[in-house]
Amino acid sequence: MRPANLLPALLLATSLAAGATAPAPEPAPDFSLPSRDGGDVRLSDLRGQVVMINFWATWCGPCRQEMPLLEQIQAKYEPLGFTLLGVNVEPDSAPATTWLEKVPVSFPILFDTQNAVAERFGVQGMPSSVFVDREGRVRHVHRGYKPGDEAQYADMIRSLVKE
Amino acid sequence: MKATRYLLVLAVAAVAAPASGGVLPEDRADVLYHRYDGGGVTIDGPSLLVRKKFAEKYSVSANYYVDMVSSASIDVVTTASPYKEERTQGSLAFDMLNDKTQYSVSVTNSDENDYTANSASFDLSQDLFGDLTTLSIGFSRGWDEVRKRGDANFNEPVDRRSYRLGLSQILTPTLMMGFAFETVTDEGFLNNPYRSVRYLDPDSPAGYAYQPEVYPRTRTSNAASLSARYFLPYRAAVHGEYRYFTDTWGIDASTLQIGYTHPLGKQWILEAGYRWYNQSAADFYSDLFDRPDAQNFMGRDKELSTFTSHMLSAGATYELPSFGWKFLRRSTVNLFYDRIRYEYDDFRDVTAGGAPGTEQLYGFDADVLRLFVSGWF
Amino acid sequence: MRARVTAILLLLAGATGCSGVEPWVKPYERQNFADPIMSADRDPVSSAYLNHVFEAREGARGALGSHGGGCGCN
Repeated sequence: MRPANLLPALLLATSLAAGATAPAPEPAPDFSLPSRDGGDVRLSDLRGQVVMINFWATWCGPCRQEMPLLEQIQAKYEPLGFTLLGVNVEPDSAPATTWLEKVPVSFPILFDTQNAVAERFGVQGMPSSVFVDREGRVRHVHRGYKPGDEAQYADMIRSLVKE
Repeated sequence: MKATRYLLVLAVAAVAAPASGGVLPEDRADVLYHRYDGGGVTIDGPSLLVRKKFAEKYSVSANYYVDMVSSASIDVVTTASPYKEERTQGSLAFDMLNDKTQYSVSVTNSDENDYTANSASFDLSQDLFGDLTTLSIGFSRGWDEVRKRGDANFNEPVDRRSYRLGLSQILTPTLMMGFAFETVTDEGFLNNPYRSVRYLDPDSPAGYAYQPEVYPRTRTSNAASLSARYFLPYRAAVHGEYRYFTDTWGIDASTLQIGYTHPLGKQWILEAGYRWYNQSAADFYSDLFDRPDAQNFMGRDKELSTFTSHMLSAGATYELPSFGWKFLRRSTVNLFYDRIRYEYDDFRDVTAGGAPGTEQLYGFDADVLRLFVSGWF
Repeated sequence: MRARVTAILLLLAGATGCSGVEPWVKPYERQNFADPIMSADRDPVSSAYLNHVFEAREGARGALGSHGGGCGCN
């Protein structure tokens, strides 16, 4: 228990001590996915806005938990040039459509049924939120969701929106 | 039978440690009615379980369990008289989730008029390798007190320790496998103060007589199991498990279980299963010794004999419609029925009559019922 | 026995640092394991009772229970 928790901390400490600087932000892989409202949504069309891409599924408890909070974030930051994209990764879109009738959201819901986009973004946990700046570069990836993480989302969005 | 029954206390603690997988189990409450009917024994009673999460980091659960025993089993009718008894058990468990590691601590107390069992457990579960692997280790310690009805001075301790290791691996999007190993050590008064062995006695009217059983004061056992769970293409699941057991008393046992789970529509989940169990007798076991004090250790508990059991199971879970109560997310009503056939190869039915050692071999059927309601909050 | 337990603890500690293995079942491919029918222990109050029924009447004990699987979220 103790040694396990120390290891990542040690790695971080040594990399900081070595004076390593954060690598330059990579451009987000472009994609086009069918949306719930019909038609497709392409990421590059949203350049100029801050985009938060949230990979989610109905079978994932924490994903369902954070959805209402994502709706609050969308409502608050959309006027500042921000949009959320909810990318559902299930091979069958029916459960997502049914569930969203009970928990409505105003941001676009896209269906990545083949998981090609999730793979391109290297999704490592469910849920995962990718923060893309106005120039289309990936600035931060947040893995998982625990109550309280929405404050971190808000901090990230605020800093990106100011650019 | 009683002494080994208290391994339940260790087993409950171990099974109570919830699965990992990055999230704590959901808040729930279960009310169960359990009933066992077989071999002249009827045991029924409630089991209540409540579990609550806090801050997605901590989870507490509590269980209250009662066995109301009405026993006229073959051991009881041949050497004593039918009795009624009640056993009450309570346990409390506390879990903490820290990123990919889950820690669990639990305590259990079981009480009846002539037996008290206490145990404490610690379990640790770690997700590894992209959360496809879960490694778990656990340790339990038990302290029992064996008493005897009618003898106020009789008070013997039993010390139990159990160490377990488990590995669970997701192999494909539809298959997961598990391996478990557990070693248990008991020390103390390991037999039943009421039970006897029989020996050939030409002077007795029946041709045999009884004397109290004598067990070794230590027992160490090792068990290893392999299990698999597979998701069928049409949304159903099949699972299988094999366990091998061996101990210092000379008992070797194999267990094989298979099961099939089939959801029906949105509201029903049906299950069916079969279990086969086979064990070889303990070294000091005999249905009939040829003279009194034939060995240092002597036992005639049918639990230590050579026997095979077959069990067929069927169960159904029904998801109740929403009652519109805000605090109740979902609820189910469940009914499980198991039929077990026990066939003994070297334990004889002395009530059947016949010359000692030639009575027919004992066998019986048991019905097990589980009826419960669960609610998620 | 103590040496064995220590060895296992060390293995756990070391293993958590090991992230070189790429998961071949991706986190977004785990919907089957999140399904309750794939849960090793859907109703603990019920399975604990059945395990008790066996242990009370059989000589064997241990190596039951399974941890792992599940949605793997967070």
